[in-house]
Amino acid sequence: MKSAKFDYEKPRALADAIKLLAGGAGMAKVIAGGQSFGPMLNLRLAQPDLLVDVRGLPELTAVKDEADAVTLGACTTHAAIEDGRVPDATGGLMPFVARDIAYRAIRNRGTIGGSLAHADPAGDWVSVLMLLDATVIISGPAGERRVPASEFVTGALATSLAEDEILTGVRIAKFSPKARWSYYKFCRKTGEFAEAIAGFVVDPARGIARAVIGAAEGAPVVITDATALVTGGKSGFDEAIASKATTGAGFQPGSYEFQVHMAALKRASERLQ
Amino acid sequence: MKQIKLTVNGKPVEALVEPRTHLADFLRENERLTGTHVGCEHGVCGACTVEIDGAPARSCIAFAVTCDGASVRTIEGFDDDAVMAQLRAAFSAEHALQCGYCTPGMLVTARDIVMRIPDADEARIRHELSGNLCRCTGYVGIVRAIKRVLAENRTAS
Repeated sequence: MKSAKFDYEKPRALADAIKLLAGGAGMAKVIAGGQSFGPMLNLRLAQPDLLVDVRGLPELTAVKDEADAVTLGACTTHAAIEDGRVPDATGGLMPFVARDIAYRAIRNRGTIGGSLAHADPAGDWVSVLMLLDATVIISGPAGERRVPASEFVTGALATSLAEDEILTGVRIAKFSPKARWSYYKFCRKTGEFAEAIAGFVVDPARGIARAVIGAAEGAPVVITDATALVTGGKSGFDEAIASKATTGAGFQPGSYEFQVHMAALKRASERLQ
Repeated sequence: MKQIKLTVNGKPVEALVEPRTHLADFLRENERLTGTHVGCEHGVCGACTVEIDGAPARSCIAFAVTCDGASVRTIEGFDDDAVMAQLRAAFSAEHALQCGYCTPGMLVTARDIVMRIPDADEARIRHELSGNLCRCTGYVGIVRAIKRVLAENRTAS
């Protein structure tokens, strides 16, 4: 359970980090908190030549609180979000989610950017940032680009991040005061990766009624108009529409996976306050 | 090899490390601090939990090289800590250990619960303790020991 050999650099400037990645011919990898990458290295599932530690880059620890959005640097830890040490745009949704990510010892080092770039479909931030329609901020040799989270995550453990690009932050639009949200995940053991995830954001002032089905085979599935799945809405929780959405997320009706995702969706809907 | 400078239990340490050496191996083999136990070596069992810059962390998935400039506190560094003294006594009184393999990590996590969540009830203690595995006790004694210290501190304040 020891990692294969690798070199290690901790650059102080974003441009230097990008240069190191570009010079790595695909065998240089970014490390931040290392709470997913560390185990993968120890298990030798990953054997890069070079680790580029991005925790020393000021852009990745910066936090910006604007009138309509909050931008979190990629190296913001889950514990910082849990404790409210960074501003929350989501009326409590993100601290609620952070508190249930793995364990405190993991949350103290693990980062939101690392979790998103790792793109484990059962990870929390992948689903939540897609639910929030967050903007992912990326830097590369050609400068900065911004993509919606749903375009950033392309599949299980797959993103649109190029080998010489770094995820620097995420921009999250602020909820209006009357926004409602819910998040439910099913884990066999507290802190384990989820077997099913579902979440809702209903914010009439911004014309939003979104849901997400996560911990799927591939990328999470966002339902952009989830009105029919909102308990207490015009039609109540519509089982037929929920079933269609769950099937659309790749689950066979009658299977365990289908049942557990349907249950998560229904429980999330019931918890929508 | 990389040169690192860090503080271990309040003492400055300089060393030349291979980047792939994880912090737990560094502490045990370079610093001879064998109170840090290595269990699963992929961040699941919690036996290797130490404090890095004042916060609990897994030393098996933190590489020593990434702790350059950090302050690390292992179970040996809590000898004179008042809360840890309370916890040691409570762990003995409540039979919160048998083989002792998980205990260093359990104590670091338990201290974090006592310091951070003084009003924790049993459900919260169990939630916070879920990242530390014990195969002997069934957790009942460990949970009781933490409850005992929380109750002592509530009475004192």
